[in-house]
Amino acid sequence: MHQTPLQTPFPPPASLSRRRFHALAALGGAGLALGAVGPAQAQFRVEVTGVGLQQIPFAIAPFRLATGLPQDVPAIVRANLERSGQLRALPGGSAILDESARPDLAPWRAAGVDALITGSVNRLADGRFDVRFRLWDVVRAQDLGGLSFPVPASDLRLAAHRLSDFVYERLTGDPGVFATRIAYISRHGERHNLWVADADAENAQTALASAEPIISPAWSPNGQQLAYVSFEARRPVIYTHEVATGRRRLLAGFRGSNSAPAWSPDGRRLLATLTFGGSSQIFAIDAAGGGQPQRITQTSGIETEPAFTPDGRLVYFVSDRGGSPQIYRMTPAGADVARVTFEGNYNISPAVSPDGRWLAYISRINGAFRVCVMELANGRITPLTDTSADESPSFAPNSRLIMYATQAQGREVLMTTSLDGRIKTRLASAPGGIREPDWGPFQR
Amino acid sequence: MFMTIMQSLFGTRFGILFGTGGKHSSLRSQPLTRTLQAATVLCAALLLAACGSNVNLAEDVPVQDRTAVPVQQIGVAPTAPGVAPAAAVDQRAVAPVQAETTAIGQPPAHLERLVFFDFDQYIVRAEFIPLLEGHARFLAADRQRRVALEGHTDERGGREYNLALGQKRAEAVRRSLALMGVQDAQMEAVSFGEEKPASAGSDEAAHSQNRRVELVYR
Repeated sequence: MHQTPLQTPFPPPASLSRRRFHALAALGGAGLALGAVGPAQAQFRVEVTGVGLQQIPFAIAPFRLATGLPQDVPAIVRANLERSGQLRALPGGSAILDESARPDLAPWRAAGVDALITGSVNRLADGRFDVRFRLWDVVRAQDLGGLSFPVPASDLRLAAHRLSDFVYERLTGDPGVFATRIAYISRHGERHNLWVADADAENAQTALASAEPIISPAWSPNGQQLAYVSFEARRPVIYTHEVATGRRRLLAGFRGSNSAPAWSPDGRRLLATLTFGGSSQIFAIDAAGGGQPQRITQTSGIETEPAFTPDGRLVYFVSDRGGSPQIYRMTPAGADVARVTFEGNYNISPAVSPDGRWLAYISRINGAFRVCVMELANGRITPLTDTSADESPSFAPNSRLIMYATQAQGREVLMTTSLDGRIKTRLASAPGGIREPDWGPFQR
Repeated sequence: MFMTIMQSLFGTRFGILFGTGGKHSSLRSQPLTRTLQAATVLCAALLLAACGSNVNLAEDVPVQDRTAVPVQQIGVAPTAPGVAPAAAVDQRAVAPVQAETTAIGQPPAHLERLVFFDFDQYIVRAEFIPLLEGHARFLAADRQRRVALEGHTDERGGREYNLALGQKRAEAVRRSLALMGVQDAQMEAVSFGEEKPASAGSDEAAHSQNRRVELVYR
């Protein structure tokens, strides 16, 4: 199972001389909800609101499609690219254009399209499907390359995500995150489920079902394990869980409460909050198990929610040592503690972007809990939402989006936002609502 | 068989990206381990030669199955050479697990088991002291009994921080019981945070019902 580039002379890597999309941005501004921008198909439940300043207009021409396909590959691609916030879908016309077509690009250029995707999905003799596409730079009339993915039916979504990754990377210069996975929690009555899903929250599969709550899922750096807090033993304990096999291990079941697991970037140990000394303190635990937890913080108050920087040199965490919950940072050994947040009296749930530039967290602002992002180089803070019950911010592995949980119409939903807060999308939900998202790392 | 070997070798269903002269640097979502590439190329090439389902498309050339792949063009090799494929596990698969839950024991009759707290407060109100004294006497009379002090908060705020606040409430009850002579080994202060509300509402009446410690006998 693999992908193959369609052979053509590739131009130098993406430097589209593109006409950026300015018109609506001037009218819209941040936070103006324009409703569903772009008629993404209802089955994908993509609701994009807001308008970015610099969006690349693209179009997907109708693919040549085999009959009876279980997945609508072009629609998945379109929804993915729109959700990125950096690309904007324009109508793809009605004429079928597959990857071997040499389309007349002039009409597309006239319609304001900068990038055109053509392709096909064919049924192979062995029952698999071959997903092929080609990306055109409309402005410069250049072939930006294409790929072929021969896949079984069960991998058509994955092929669509890989296709999306290729297009996104070619057009923006950033790696795409569409083939990554997320974890989240659902609650429906007394049923609690830990799910693993595609980055668009579709194709969800249960990793753990329990009659008791589950919180704080955290992907291991290699994307193969989840650490989480389970209440199945009538107290919070931390498991590590190998997703593909279902093998799991009790990482921390110490007297009292065990919570807030955070993997070190090398995957060799976790920080977590334990309470066997009476108060909630951060400890280091060997990921392989065994050995005594090593205490990192030394206060009589609350120390919790550790989060490593991607280089592993600092840990952001929450402490009430100043009288209210604020975000601090320290070395992984607990030294050089410095306070990070000063605005407001409730700042929690720190998450550091994989590129190390940004800190996302939840801040109580006028009684509303909102996702904020701080640019670590200069401390500049931007509130990203206008909702009031945001939780659990988690960065995409390319640092371009933040996924978080919030409430909409009284229901728990997952959202993504761009780092300037301009582009938000609402992901799939489920009966009873879903929450506690954690965005997994890049995976092959 | 091809699938199995490929998956175990490459750890995914999408193992290979064929370069085309080096200009196209593969999708960066794939953690290339350059040092391993060359070493694994041989295995991959053998597999591909044997299984031959790669497709090398050219614009004006008919699609060919079973095309040989130039060895130096194989771009991804996450697995160390010489590592025998163990039982193949599809790394995108998800194996479901059902958690088993723990039963709770019989509580003492005629004793309330709920201690409520004021908003943002973590001290035991005087009105609950007689209730706790009843539990202290019960536990003193039977040193085999164990009680969990389960702290809870209302729904406002973050789940993890609320877990820590619920722990503070449970700890306050634990210290009160300790002062009343209950042995440490008989008690465990734990927290459920906001996860198990007693009342589902979102008004202050519901919130006041949810800021509590439950005494649960095991």
